[in-house]
Amino acid sequence: MTQKPKKVDIIFSPYSVAPYQILKDTMKRSKEEVIAELISSGLRGRGGAGFPTGMKWKFAAEQKGSVKYVICNADEGEPGTFKDRKLLMSVPRKVISGMAICAWVTGSTQGFIYLRREYKYLVTELQKEIDIFTHHSKEVGLNFNLQIFLGAGAYVCGEETALIESMEGKRGEPRNKPPYPIQNGFLGKPTVVNNVETFASASMVCRIGAIEYKKFGTSDQRGSKLFSISGDSPKEGVFELELGMSVESFVSEFGDGDTKAVQVGGVAGFCVPRKDFAKAIIGDGNTTGGSTMIFNSSRSMYRVLHNYLDFYAEESCGQCTPCRIGCQQLLKGIEAVKKGEKPAEYLDQLLKLSESMRLTSKCGLGQSVTNSFSSIVTNFREEMIF
Amino acid sequence: MADTKELINALSTKHGVERRSLLPILQGIVEKENYLSKESMLEVAKVLDISAAEVYGTASFFSFLDTKERGQYVIRVCKSMTCDMKGKEEILSTIESVLKIKLGETTQDKKFSFLETNCLGLCEEGPAMLINDDYFVKLTPAKIREILDRYLRNEI
Ligand SMILES: Cc1cc2nc3c(=O)[nH]c(=O)nc-3n(C[C@H](O)[C@H](O)[C@H](O)COP(=O)(O)O)c2cc1C
Ligand code: SF4
Ligand code: FES
Repeated sequence: MTQKPKKVDIIFSPYSVAPYQILKDTMKRSKEEVIAELISSGLRGRGGAGFPTGMKWKFAAEQKGSVKYVICNADEGEPGTFKDRKLLMSVPRKVISGMAICAWVTGSTQGFIYLRREYKYLVTELQKEIDIFTHHSKEVGLNFNLQIFLGAGAYVCGEETALIESMEGKRGEPRNKPPYPIQNGFLGKPTVVNNVETFASASMVCRIGAIEYKKFGTSDQRGSKLFSISGDSPKEGVFELELGMSVESFVSEFGDGDTKAVQVGGVAGFCVPRKDFAKAIIGDGNTTGGSTMIFNSSRSMYRVLHNYLDFYAEESCGQCTPCRIGCQQLLKGIEAVKKGEKPAEYLDQLLKLSESMRLTSKCGLGQSVTNSFSSIVTNFREEMIF
Repeated sequence: MADTKELINALSTKHGVERRSLLPILQGIVEKENYLSKESMLEVAKVLDISAAEVYGTASFFSFLDTKERGQYVIRVCKSMTCDMKGKEEILSTIESVLKIKLGETTQDKKFSFLETNCLGLCEEGPAMLINDDYFVKLTPAKIREILDRYLRNEI
């Protein structure tokens, strides 16, 4: 009997305290204590890279200078991800509390919610919430001005340095790292960029404490994580689950009984075939954003890969050659093999190309193409050919 | 053109004339005029004191800053994986037959433009689309006809 995934109810639980009570209580403690609590909670960024959140805030607090920025990354463009939208719609105060606590411990007075253009319909309600927050922040004497910055439609702008470039009025082309935004971010000032869910989780750590929070998850990945589940599933939606479950356990709960493959971590993640369900773990650094797409045996994995590559070819910012040319070549390459214009062995050359893209691309977009490409081509080779 | 100038003046008063004001200003123009005409981009360049190439270069990077003329209502149908699995092809062909235009085109009366887009973050309720800023989910051919009909009869 496969163990069921463990559902958790922290992030989406209804507000149990008065508005911004978490902020008020947290501000009664010392900043050092709050940062230490976050570090001890083991919370890592929920936007993809998985950097320890407490450490990020500590570094930001240590930066000199009176101007610092806090940015909530609500660009959520990874195909199959919609949890940040749900968070902003249902518990925006948890997200804003997290941002405010971050501003307080790092010494920032200006924050932005970078909202993807596709979510413009959220602006009105979100602005109302910001106004409520502003009222409460004055009450506790926190000087933190919060604004919404609307994106303009580009997946790569979810990458933190591209996001900053676009806020500065430029093309959303990722910068070289280092320097990291913590050192040199928006308008050259120290900037904390965190995912929507990261801020919400941070405020929950402040509320329940690191010890309680650490009880969830594995030694590697602490706490709970939101998963956006879509595809061939009778239970599509956003679920808060404990990290560290096997794909098998996940499929037993969310599959339709005929699951052939699961795409873990969105297009930037890995495609896990049925034979690997038992050994593959969700939460082992492969959750990028928590997108999980389920495919049953009626689905053509060629069509799936073609769809991903089309996405990449369109969304590559074109700044560096391996990614700009590579994405197009991979797309043309699988089309040529499928049509019989190229022999099946050509797939091996394409695999090498995707590996060299991982090594030579400038940002995470080009570097991650090989994840889905190699996992699909290797596990479903016949479907690529016939 | 006089209107465009006035609009850009108003937008630059609201958002400032720094480089970082560029995106909000361009968005404000698209909101009113549906796209960025050559004239409007030249005017923005003048107001922000940057080259027109910089304005165009930035605008052309973003899918919601159209530099091609668009209709009053821009339809964007999601083409990413989950919506594809749920029948986005049928949605496209229904829109095509109701509006009698192909993907990428604008109706002659400049009322509708018909585009595809990448994941809208509405996957669990796919197939999904946006018409300007409003979202529509769980689309079926019948539902599409009903929605477009409302727009055609100006009942929105
Ligand atoms: C192509 C690309 C797209 C990304 N998109 C997002 C996104 O939509 N939302 C997000 O929070 N992080 C995204 N990231 C990760 C960010 O660069 C950054 O690591 C993250 O916002 C940091 O926040 P966290 O530590 O809370 O995860 C993306 C990264 C890449 C390379
Ligand atoms: S890897 Fe791709 S998206 Fe990233 S900087 Fe290079 S071209 Fe742009
Ligand atoms: S795949 Fe269509 S909304 Fe995400």
